[in-house]
Amino acid sequence: MPNYRIHKTEYIDETKRVSFKYDGKTYFGYEGDTLASALLANGIHLVGRSFKYHRPRGIVSCGAEEPNAICQIGSKKSLTEPNVRATELELYEGLEASSQNCWPNVKFDIGGINNFISPLIPAGFYYKTFMWPKSFWKKVYEPLIRLSAGLGKSPTEPDPDIYDHKYVHYDVLVIGGGVSGIIAAKMAAKNNLKTLLVDDKKILGGSTIYQNNESIKIDDKLSSEWLKNEIQEIKKLSNLTIKTRTSIAAYHGYNFLLAKENLTDHLPEEKKKNKIRQRLWKIRAKKVVIATGSIERPLVFNNNDRPGILLSNSINKYLDYYGVTCGENIILFTNNDSTYETSISLHKKGIKNIIVDLRKSASSELIKQAESLGIKIYFNHVVTNTFGYRKINSLEIMKLSEDGNTTVGNKIRLSCDCLGMSGGWTPMVHMHTQSGGKLDFRDEDQVFLPKENSEDQISVGSCNGDFDLENIIDKTVNKINKFLDIDNQDYQDTNIICSKENDKRNIWLLPNKIPLGKTKCFIDFQNDSTAKDIKLALKEGFRSIEHVKRYTTTGMATDQGKLSNMHALGIIADTAGVKMGTLGTTTFRPPFTPLTFGTLVGRNVGKFFEVVRKTSMHEWHVENNAEFENVGQWKRPWYYAKKGENMHDAVQRESKAARDSAGILDASTLGKIDIQGTDASEFLNRVYTNAWSKLAIGKCRYGLMLNEDGMVYDDGVTTRISENHYLMTTTTGGAANVLSKLEDYLQTEWPELDVYLTSVTDHYSTASICGPNSKKILNKIFPNLDLSDENFPHMSFKEDKLENINCRIMRISFTGELSYEINIESKYGHSLWKMCIEAGKEFNLTPYGTETMHLLRAEKGFIIVGQDTDGTMTPSDLQMDWIVSKKKYDFIGKRSLYRSDTIREDRKQLVGLLTDDPKEILEEGAQIVSDVKSKPIDMLGHVTSSYFSPNLNKSIALAVVRSGKTMKGQKLIIPMENKNINVTVSDTIFLDKENKRLNA
Amino acid sequence: MFLINCPFCGERDQSEFSSGGEAHIVRPKQPTELSDDEWAEYLFMRKNIKGIQFERWNHVHGCRKWFNVVRDTSNDKILSVYKMGEKPPVNYK
Ligand SMILES: [Zn+2]
Repeated sequence: MPNYRIHKTEYIDETKRVSFKYDGKTYFGYEGDTLASALLANGIHLVGRSFKYHRPRGIVSCGAEEPNAICQIGSKKSLTEPNVRATELELYEGLEASSQNCWPNVKFDIGGINNFISPLIPAGFYYKTFMWPKSFWKKVYEPLIRLSAGLGKSPTEPDPDIYDHKYVHYDVLVIGGGVSGIIAAKMAAKNNLKTLLVDDKKILGGSTIYQNNESIKIDDKLSSEWLKNEIQEIKKLSNLTIKTRTSIAAYHGYNFLLAKENLTDHLPEEKKKNKIRQRLWKIRAKKVVIATGSIERPLVFNNNDRPGILLSNSINKYLDYYGVTCGENIILFTNNDSTYETSISLHKKGIKNIIVDLRKSASSELIKQAESLGIKIYFNHVVTNTFGYRKINSLEIMKLSEDGNTTVGNKIRLSCDCLGMSGGWTPMVHMHTQSGGKLDFRDEDQVFLPKENSEDQISVGSCNGDFDLENIIDKTVNKINKFLDIDNQDYQDTNIICSKENDKRNIWLLPNKIPLGKTKCFIDFQNDSTAKDIKLALKEGFRSIEHVKRYTTTGMATDQGKLSNMHALGIIADTAGVKMGTLGTTTFRPPFTPLTFGTLVGRNVGKFFEVVRKTSMHEWHVENNAEFENVGQWKRPWYYAKKGENMHDAVQRESKAARDSAGILDASTLGKIDIQGTDASEFLNRVYTNAWSKLAIGKCRYGLMLNEDGMVYDDGVTTRISENHYLMTTTTGGAANVLSKLEDYLQTEWPELDVYLTSVTDHYSTASICGPNSKKILNKIFPNLDLSDENFPHMSFKEDKLENINCRIMRISFTGELSYEINIESKYGHSLWKMCIEAGKEFNLTPYGTETMHLLRAEKGFIIVGQDTDGTMTPSDLQMDWIVSKKKYDFIGKRSLYRSDTIREDRKQLVGLLTDDPKEILEEGAQIVSDVKSKPIDMLGHVTSSYFSPNLNKSIALAVVRSGKTMKGQKLIIPMENKNINVTVSDTIFLDKENKRLNA
Repeated sequence: MFLINCPFCGERDQSEFSSGGEAHIVRPKQPTELSDDEWAEYLFMRKNIKGIQFERWNHVHGCRKWFNVVRDTSNDKILSVYKMGEKPPVNYK
């Protein structure tokens, strides 16, 4: 097996060999490697196939910008992870990875054919070709594209890993642990500011940490040596927290940032167990220093995508950090000085290399150094083509014309096994723009730079467009002193010597004698879009960068165009003949690198997904086989099935028992608002549609609450406890919103009212006993209470004690039966319930759930807000005109009740429906029509509530129907999938219209 | 995510608050006197300004108090907060 690890570095521990599997084959690397560096050490460049043309692709970079080396990690159904960049994945023992984009395999694949038919796959191909017929999209095109595009596989089982969230506050957050970030963090921390420094790599130091060129020195030391010393220094600072393997995912307003910390992704399987995998940091910082550095640009020339073609500085990092050379005969193609560092370092390690430089000449220290070492340099030359299928084996260069628009002279063919390219550097302005910052364009080296630095955010180092070390350090120190309003002298005497780049030349699309249509000049490697695609989009009339981006899909892959956006912009500007700075950029959206769902969700999984509210009686319900229904956050008993019963059986039994003898419901979840104050009556007058001033103490009243638009919002019974004291009940789901709404009116519209609202929902437990025998049961529980109709009539309230504990008892009914609600302090709720059950035994007191409650109230035609209403129903629509006071001058929503729209007679109105076949139960939500023959069918309304009533022995339903009020007795049709159901419009009250049962 | 300076509690995270739309829309004292159009103006019409906007916010997961906020919607900067019933600061229009 070839070995490209050619020298030792301090970052690779050669005593710790690590075995891993890649595409099913076992390889070895060392602790400290990334998957990419380990693959390169094994001589593997080819890591996948391109998205559209299925061209062989190799590792291009060494970081987050990697477009090609995208892997699927792990094989377990619950733990497999797609879209992992091999350049960021730290190697660990037992790692299993496979190349993602290579169906059916990386070395030979069907999609490769696309390469030969590529003239047929232009920009917008997917839009143009796969549109019609529509039915083909789901069944034919999409599966085909997905399969051949090799998008990753999602795990198919729940994620067993643990994730964590953490909130922190800092005076200063420094993003990026390169040279400028380290300086900024040290200055801040030494000035007593609580500081957090985050870096996405395993160790601090950025690209300076492996810098080893003699021409770049700080205080007479190699810059890397100097920086290591600085890192040792800052680790001692007590108010500086350093978080490595931590990347900022999003920068929100007011300096609120999200960071992802990787805790176990670099550990072997057995060491990951029971540990937190990733942690999401929610950071609020008074000041933020952005020191995110820059990434190297590729160059756009024909066949610039072959395996073995990498970014020049990445070749340098693989060499000097990982000890791995990317080839043995390397050509470096550049337009700037930084590549010369790579060249010199390669040369020193005995790797033959030559340089092709776009520039006509260059004269810095670095270039002189390269020349003196005898490194061959082709100035004013351009690579025009490359060769080699699975890996580059040679290339052609030509001389550039004076203006750089074309090539001149003869082709020179050079052999190589690796090509480094560098089109200069792009400052990482993502964080700055995510925070709302604008950008400026610097013509000189064609970069976008942070425009302004606000008082709470600043960019330093190469993300601010400062590229040489002297510039970086001097400017960082000055800016940080000013930004933090401090006077740090630590770097006053630091002596920096570095090579200065004097010569620049930038060409976005490199010239070629071959017409563009016949070249493959890739811009976006991951989405396979070329310079030709961009030009075609422009020709077809696209102008905005955002449109061109979407049409060509440039910059829309998982790398979000980190390597491609600038070239796309440059080519658009050149083609359209405008200045690049005037085009703006595409929007940099979070996250900077992809986040796992687990990180976002944190601990809020399983039973911690949402708050669960349980009543005091909950355990009894569980013990008695209740099925539960979620109502808001509450768990409410739905029905209590006995052995052998299904839901229907249970509900029928419960409903019958409640009317024949007695039933009991846990009504604790109803919203309860305690209302006190001298203006409490006036307040209720204003919020309910009916009148409240004359309600006597000890009496209860049903109320309907509207929105200001006249639509029914909530309902419930309110009891007058004393002169200035009421207890309001609301629907279970509406409780919080009703309280908010009432508070809103009190605080903002009617501050003059003396009224205080307190939510007491959780303070009381409520047992509701109904049925003809309920009075007898009550009498057993409260033997001293006079339950006669004279003393305790319907819609009234009494207080009594249950062994010294105060109870509030309301005689109110939601079922139409004689009915009592007993309220007791929550902690006694369970005991109260058990006492009721005990007392009711001889009367077959039957616990019933929400389903039976819904059925019983439907028999009586009582509405449920939110089920029979949907925010578009007025009281009149519900046939509840009786509850709207004509006398009151005003209440919430009153004026809206006679707007032109609300008085329309053809509004949807609540009606009852009886099926012609009394056994047929309608589906809630089913549409209602009068005629199924004439098309389009006129939809008249829909069914809102539907049950089989055991007490009436027939099916009943409530529905909203256009002009329903006038349709009593009319025949309508409910069209279902396989039949039409005939119904007759009826009254909404199906049982006991005379309310005799209330006083049974 | 804003930091909002509740006039009763001090600076808190936005997640503790809920927004209540445009401020200083007073409920008409005599709704019955209004035409449909006038009532609709109160009920439905909101300015939704790009720039300096007066808004209502509620410290719903805190003191539950409503208050007013002056916010520049173009950059989300909160320029001022003041209690219900107080006059809006005159330096913003
Ligand atoms: Zn508050």
